[in-house]
Amino acid sequence: MSDSGHMLIPDEVDLSHNVILYLDQISVSFDGFKALNDLTLTIDAGELRCIIGPNGAGKTTMMDVITGKTRADKGKAFFGQTINLREMTEPEIAHAGIGRKFQKPTIFENLTVFENLELAMKMDKRARTSLFAWLDDAGRDKVLDVLRQIRLDGESERQAGLLSHGQKQWLEIGMLLMQDPKLLLLDEPVAGMTDDETARTGELFKSLAGKHSLVVVEHDMAFIEQLGGKVTVLHEGSVLAEGSLATVQNDQRVIEVYLGR
Amino acid sequence: MNRTPFIVRFLQATPKSGWISLAVFALLTLVIIPVLHLAVAEGSAFHVSSYVVTLVGKILCYAIVAVAMDLIWGYAGILSLGHGLFFALGGYAFGMYLMRQIGRDGSYKADLPDFMVFLDWKELPWYWTGSDSFIWAAVLVLVVPALVAFAFGFFAFRSRIKGVYFSIITQAMTFAAMLLFFRNETGFGGNNGFTDFKRILGHSITSPEMRVTLFGLSALMLMATLVLGRYIVTSKFGRVLAAIRDAESRVMFLGYNPLYYKLAIWTLSALLCGIAGALYVPQVGIINPGEMSTANSIEIAIWVAVGGRATLIGPVIGAAIVNLSKSFFTQAFPEYWLFFLGALFVVVTLWLPNGVVGLWQQMRQQMQQKRRAKA
Repeated sequence: MSDSGHMLIPDEVDLSHNVILYLDQISVSFDGFKALNDLTLTIDAGELRCIIGPNGAGKTTMMDVITGKTRADKGKAFFGQTINLREMTEPEIAHAGIGRKFQKPTIFENLTVFENLELAMKMDKRARTSLFAWLDDAGRDKVLDVLRQIRLDGESERQAGLLSHGQKQWLEIGMLLMQDPKLLLLDEPVAGMTDDETARTGELFKSLAGKHSLVVVEHDMAFIEQLGGKVTVLHEGSVLAEGSLATVQNDQRVIEVYLGR
Repeated sequence: MNRTPFIVRFLQATPKSGWISLAVFALLTLVIIPVLHLAVAEGSAFHVSSYVVTLVGKILCYAIVAVAMDLIWGYAGILSLGHGLFFALGGYAFGMYLMRQIGRDGSYKADLPDFMVFLDWKELPWYWTGSDSFIWAAVLVLVVPALVAFAFGFFAFRSRIKGVYFSIITQAMTFAAMLLFFRNETGFGGNNGFTDFKRILGHSITSPEMRVTLFGLSALMLMATLVLGRYIVTSKFGRVLAAIRDAESRVMFLGYNPLYYKLAIWTLSALLCGIAGALYVPQVGIINPGEMSTANSIEIAIWVAVGGRATLIGPVIGAAIVNLSKSFFTQAFPEYWLFFLGALFVVVTLWLPNGVVGLWQQMRQQMQQKRRAKA
């Protein structure tokens, strides 16, 4: 398919320029405070990108803008070439193929682990379909598959609220896997995990990259090193530096921001 | 592909123990009580008086409302303090038909209902058109409360009004409706409402047979509500509702639009209340704007809290306990009923967060633990 005349498939993300996410000069302010200030960022298809930055740099606000939770004051936000995120609601964006993990694990505490994953499964999610929906064998197998992947196969019938913090993090990641999004936004996914759990999460993310695109916001430098992707440093709502972890760590401006001036 | 037919799945949602309980309940309400009321002589110790039939029939209607309330409060986490409105609207819709069935037997021997003659109206207002038809009345009972709920719910849920703000707006809604219905010009009998009913479908409304029929219909409706409720809360739809209650933003980011889920269960809940109201009015013989008072709607929430939220049997038990004590207290110590109701609510909130059903489950668990400790 050439770049100039390819078919547009409705509901498909158009990756013809090999870019899955464009943010162009996005600004958001809350009561005069500029949370995002002309933020421009692109994520390539299949990329694993880490975002770092001091508190208040706008990392979570950026995820809020991408997922429709916060409306941008100006700028462009496109998913692939054609999908304008600024005109869509949260469920529509999720449906288009962007999945999100919150900083604080957000799961359905009163449902079982199995039911949490079942609800996340990629399918028709309209109310009238849900009323008659029936979990078939293929769906059940998919849930069991993910349960093994996140190592919760022994906890399938347990109430999700009773899991440990690390297990809740994994469950939420599992829900993302069930959703099968093209772009995963992960806000501090390894917070509260043991070193062993952190290392396994890193392996999982690396195995997902390529088929999916991942954006990981983290503070844990060892974890970022393990992931090994490109690193973007945010500061005061815009991009300060971008490159490999070693490059940004040696960048004078980054050092200043982190160490104070 | 081997798919279980929908009707089988629908019926299987209620477990075997549930069907057995329903069968016992059906035997009691559809056979035993009617026979004891109709066939056993009044002097006999086994005779069930018309007072008891009417009281229990009323409680059956309240129980339907309680289950409907629990569907949105217990399962979807939306506390409505205006459900009395939907109950009253159903009652008024059927009451219009009952007023027309009086015919020329009213005090003024006129074609128009008495209150219209009193207001010197010469013809029926346009919205009374067709009110002499039973079928049209049944349609209104189903459509009016549901439509009002749909319109209200659409705007409230679309604006993402939640929690206590939503509860307060529902209170305001029923209060406003009450003020509207109090006005004579509204055309629903003002503060007297509708009463002095004579007939349904030409049969006397005060005959024992009619009383037992209405009683049986209320029991059937309650059973249908429970079976439908069980299917809904065990379906994927029900799990999405529970998910909305626990973490609404997560539900949205999974690609579900909570608006339609809330709107559907909210409208269904109002529809059930409307049917309950229509069954209630002919049994008690009166409907007036007092049914829309804010206190009435709050009481519905108390039934559910007392019985146990997020269980289907809990609201039925709660409605029975509160209303049986109400009829006892209002006769024995009429001044103290509201104090008792308040005290009950405080006790339940402080010590029985899961209601009577929760207490029962807790006791059973403790017994099992003791037994295990002994063994």
